[in-house]
Amino acid sequence: MNRKSTRVLIPLLSILSALVVSSLIIFIAGRDPLMIFQKMFHATFGSAYGAGQVLFRMTTLIFAALAVALPFQVRLFNIGAEGQLQMGAFAAAMTGAMLPAWVPSPAAILLCIMAAMTAGAGWALFAGVLKVRFGVNEVIGTIMLNFIAQGITGYLLTWHFAIPSTVHTTPIHDAAVIPAFDTLTGWFANSPANLSSLLAIGIALLFHILLFSSRFGYEMRAVGLQPDAARYGGINAGMHTLTAMGIGGAAAGLGAANIVLGYRHFYEAGMTGGAGFTGIAVAFLAGAHPLWILLSALFFGVLEYGGLTVNAWIPKDIFMVIEALTIILVIAFSALGRRLG
Amino acid sequence: MAVAVRLSALSKKFGSFSANSNISLSVEEGTIHALVGENGAGKSTLTKIIYGMHRPTSGEMFIDGKAVCFSSPREAIHSGIGMVHQHFMLIPELSVTENIILGNEQCGLFQRIPLKKSKALILNDAEAYGLALDPDALVGSLSIGEQQRVEILKLLFRRAAIMIFDEPTAVLTPLETERFFATLRSLRDKGKTILLITHKLDEVLAVADMVSVMRRGEIVGTIPAASATKEELAQMMVGRSLLLRVTNPPASPGETILCINKLGFRTKKGVERIHDLSLTIRAGEIYGIAGVEGNGQSELLQMLWGLAPEGAIICGEALIRGRSLIDRSPSEIARMGVSHIPEDRLRHAVISNYTISENLLFGRHRERSFHHGTGFNTEVVNRYAEEMIADYAISCNSPDRQPLRALSGGNQQKVVLARELSRPAISLLLLAQPTRGVDIGAIETIHQKIIEARTSGVAILLISSELEEIIALSTRIGCLYKGSIRHEFSQEEVELKKDSSDTFQKEIGLHIT
Repeated sequence: MNRKSTRVLIPLLSILSALVVSSLIIFIAGRDPLMIFQKMFHATFGSAYGAGQVLFRMTTLIFAALAVALPFQVRLFNIGAEGQLQMGAFAAAMTGAMLPAWVPSPAAILLCIMAAMTAGAGWALFAGVLKVRFGVNEVIGTIMLNFIAQGITGYLLTWHFAIPSTVHTTPIHDAAVIPAFDTLTGWFANSPANLSSLLAIGIALLFHILLFSSRFGYEMRAVGLQPDAARYGGINAGMHTLTAMGIGGAAAGLGAANIVLGYRHFYEAGMTGGAGFTGIAVAFLAGAHPLWILLSALFFGVLEYGGLTVNAWIPKDIFMVIEALTIILVIAFSALGRRLG
Repeated sequence: MAVAVRLSALSKKFGSFSANSNISLSVEEGTIHALVGENGAGKSTLTKIIYGMHRPTSGEMFIDGKAVCFSSPREAIHSGIGMVHQHFMLIPELSVTENIILGNEQCGLFQRIPLKKSKALILNDAEAYGLALDPDALVGSLSIGEQQRVEILKLLFRRAAIMIFDEPTAVLTPLETERFFATLRSLRDKGKTILLITHKLDEVLAVADMVSVMRRGEIVGTIPAASATKEELAQMMVGRSLLLRVTNPPASPGETILCINKLGFRTKKGVERIHDLSLTIRAGEIYGIAGVEGNGQSELLQMLWGLAPEGAIICGEALIRGRSLIDRSPSEIARMGVSHIPEDRLRHAVISNYTISENLLFGRHRERSFHHGTGFNTEVVNRYAEEMIADYAISCNSPDRQPLRALSGGNQQKVVLARELSRPAISLLLLAQPTRGVDIGAIETIHQKIIEARTSGVAILLISSELEEIIALSTRIGCLYKGSIRHEFSQEEVELKKDSSDTFQKEIGLHIT
């Protein structure tokens, strides 16, 4: 078997095995697994609304996974996509609410997106600087920064910016709202799916080109593969560490824009819902490869939303089990594949 | 005499590739049996089969006359086989004694480790074989030669009767090598059977009793070392008669390219590695630095390539055509027309997962002629890769698909050499260990290309642990000792003395120890 085919086969095999194991669990819990999966399928791909919900979740996951994948190419483990999402979401909501009312729509959207990207990138760069300048391991750095991000946004929300007796900020101006497909074309009726999804696909493509056909990516991957050799080749490894983190964080910021500007229109505690962590799993399943992330995010999006729809028959926690199982199996099968091949 | 290891019609296939085919070999007890061959000839595979790491596809193996079929090294160890790998299997944080008894503690899982008893046993062995060592020292604090002694003591502790050594002298200094050979002889005299894997023919002739030559997975002959000559072995290895020495026409050096003046280097901890080092290299000459490793070679290269470790104190100057090299980054230095082939090729000179074409670009990827938009111009890169592959006789299938790690050591080095020598406007080449781990066939090409570069006017700083290589290639030779040039042989002296290589080697030897 060559390397290319194993790269596709291993994730597929992992997904299949995870589905089999979870079917077993569903069966033990006293439900018919086939019925559950059928209902899930109907609720997701069977309706325009369901498909829109999946697309919306998938979009956030694409961005979060890209935020993990790019640093991973330089062998940095960005656990901080969640914190970067939160900072991005808060920045987008604040900018959207505080903009002067006369700013026209495209400019307002652009400004809010820029704010979200800057906040996400800044938060990730913080961890990057800690790593390059002070040698703080990026895993520890990003985990700690997740807590700090939660603390800061939580404090600012409850003490300063929440509308009294609610847990969210003032809504953004209408001009800053990223239009939903529903309002534009009537697709995905009533669902939160918005134009960010197109942006997500574009950005994934851009990341792919950046990594595999640009000189920048050539240098960056060299740093990830053999840092010592990169130094000899005159490549500035510290610079690539910082840019990988920065660009990754900016992608997380875009994920936040999808949620805030495209759907909720304000900042609310816990609105990112752990997408930053699921993003790690999405990136892993895709082997940190930008284009595979599109498919992998689709799979996780279906599980996330599909899980909600069958909650009446089986607790949605079962789908967290599937997600986690898939990742463990991917890692285990990859290790096995290396040993055999 | 009894036969310790007998292989009969042994074959090993990986997919469709035959790594070993139809190997029959008898190693007599109490002898040193050398196994020589180029890289990729199948030596490693064969030893891995004997040590139980691979299972043969077909054929039989007998240890002390008994048929065996190992499924793991553990079983091989049980049958009295021990192996010292090229990269030592030691834990630096543990003491010598702890390392030696590891895996063979001879006590229950929750019992106290019998350190005292083991130490006595180890000291006993050490004395019997002349392997002086402090059993309480941390392995991490030992020199490479001492670490090797720990590995040997480990085998003795396990009462191994058959010992396999994989390229044991690759990392040793000449002095340590001498000492290691003495140990091998005393092991043999006490009845141990030794299988020595190497590609250094001098060593084979110096220490082995029998020599088996491998080529393309087969054993092409087994002869007593006493009656073998180097040329004969080399011919058996490559299948054709081959000059061990490259033709080196006299050089006619031009203007001064590199001028190093009173250079000094102190580590962060204040240890002086280079002291008052001065030398000049002119266009069209090779300045060979002879010296035992660890006398400042690595530090000199680091400084000249802008990679001196943080906190190191540098004094003096190093000028290339009057411009200072110190405190510049590798990419700036490269732009000044300097190429560097580092000592440790796999770690520093290539990205082994990148394709051959990508590696031919590595470090030169900033050159505009390769660019197209934000990426590379595939057409130009492919043409360049094809040219290099033809020019340097790099054997590979498809340069833009095959990863570099799929190539043999010699071909990898050719890739590095091709890339560095074809750098536009190259005026200086820093060349370290150009043929380390490279098979004989490739050595010839590499030496030829180095001489060609010199003739075309490149100034070359050559650092090599092989004196023979230094003598064969250099225009002038500087003897490096404790961080400074202790003696320099002029062009006339080198021309005069190089024909009697052995006496010249001895003379250089006096200046570097």
